[in-house]
Amino acid sequence: MAVHAEQLDHGVHEHPPEPHYSSRISPSVLGMFLFIGTEIMLFGAFFTAYFFVRVVAGTAWPTPPFHLPVFVALVNTCILVTSSFTMHWALQSVKRGNVFGLRAGLLLTFLLGLTFLITQGREYSRVGFAPKDGAFATIFYCLTGLHGAHVFVGLSILLFMTIRAFRGHFSPEHHHGVEIGGIYWHFVDVMWIVVYLTVYIL
Amino acid sequence: MRNPLRSESEAFRFLLVVIVGALVIVAGATVNTWLGVAAAVVVVIGIIWWLRQEALPGTVEPAHKVDPSTPAGHRVLVVAMPGTSSVTVSPNATEIVVTVPALASKLEAATGAVDDRRADAEQTAVSLTRRLSRPGVSVRGEVGADDPWLAAEDALRTFGADAIVVAGDAAVADQIRGRVTVPVSVG
Repeated sequence: MAVHAEQLDHGVHEHPPEPHYSSRISPSVLGMFLFIGTEIMLFGAFFTAYFFVRVVAGTAWPTPPFHLPVFVALVNTCILVTSSFTMHWALQSVKRGNVFGLRAGLLLTFLLGLTFLITQGREYSRVGFAPKDGAFATIFYCLTGLHGAHVFVGLSILLFMTIRAFRGHFSPEHHHGVEIGGIYWHFVDVMWIVVYLTVYIL
Repeated sequence: MRNPLRSESEAFRFLLVVIVGALVIVAGATVNTWLGVAAAVVVVIGIIWWLRQEALPGTVEPAHKVDPSTPAGHRVLVVAMPGTSSVTVSPNATEIVVTVPALASKLEAATGAVDDRRADAEQTAVSLTRRLSRPGVSVRGEVGADDPWLAAEDALRTFGADAIVVAGDAAVADQIRGRVTVPVSVG
């Protein structure tokens, strides 16, 4: 917003004020902070419930006679972590103009994410308890289900990204869509690691 | 503070850090659940410490250094605090830019509720611009960021000043003097 001396007598407010942001916090950074904040509150609500059920109420984890499929979840974790590496490969590829790397990376990421979700669904069907079977089971399904919903959203984004990649929409100069999708996918991956450690390991 | 979701590369790096932390927690939990919990606390503190190691984007890039051999006194950047009523600028100045930082609290800056602060700064900028304008001298004023140094840095990106005059705050002058090669004075 500049004020020129010669403009002073002619009024400087004849148009709407320019959108302003300081160089300290740009709108995109602020928006991302707000997004992180909402996600922290969303997951935090479920982790708070987990804390009260397990620590305050002293509920056995897992409540006998149920068992958690730790090994299957470990394999699923490896699948999801691998998908982040393929995602990163895809973005590095498009930055270098490697179209094959972009397409292969996105396709692999999508397939790995889909495998994760299918494995989780399969785990639900074989785990032997349902959300109605006590506080432990409810929290288990809520936490893993909430994350699964995030994976589903991520897969939807990935699907569109992959289609666009095969249609040649991305280039070394224009790949913002891949960048944003990649950020979300890594975030989902980080959240899974937190959920996995909390529910299955500790 | 580092924003872990600023870019895909930054998010990927954050993921790698989390993976390393997770391995530490798993190793602890393998021995004993409570050791795993202790490891988790240490890892979370470590990650928070790591996130706080980098400033926000826009605050880490150095300002453009202006060649000190350039004849002084022609292009002057005035950094004035809101409410400043007068400033003394060299009569040799032919081009003057007045930047007034919209000083806001952290809460106001974070929530973007800076309209009143910007109005105050704009009023000062208009007042000083009017006061400094004279025939043959190009004067313009602008509202800067919510930090005096950032406001000066932003102005220097588009205005290669030969000298900087800080009005109303000697401490700010010292702060700017330590980061640019342009002569800085208090006016």
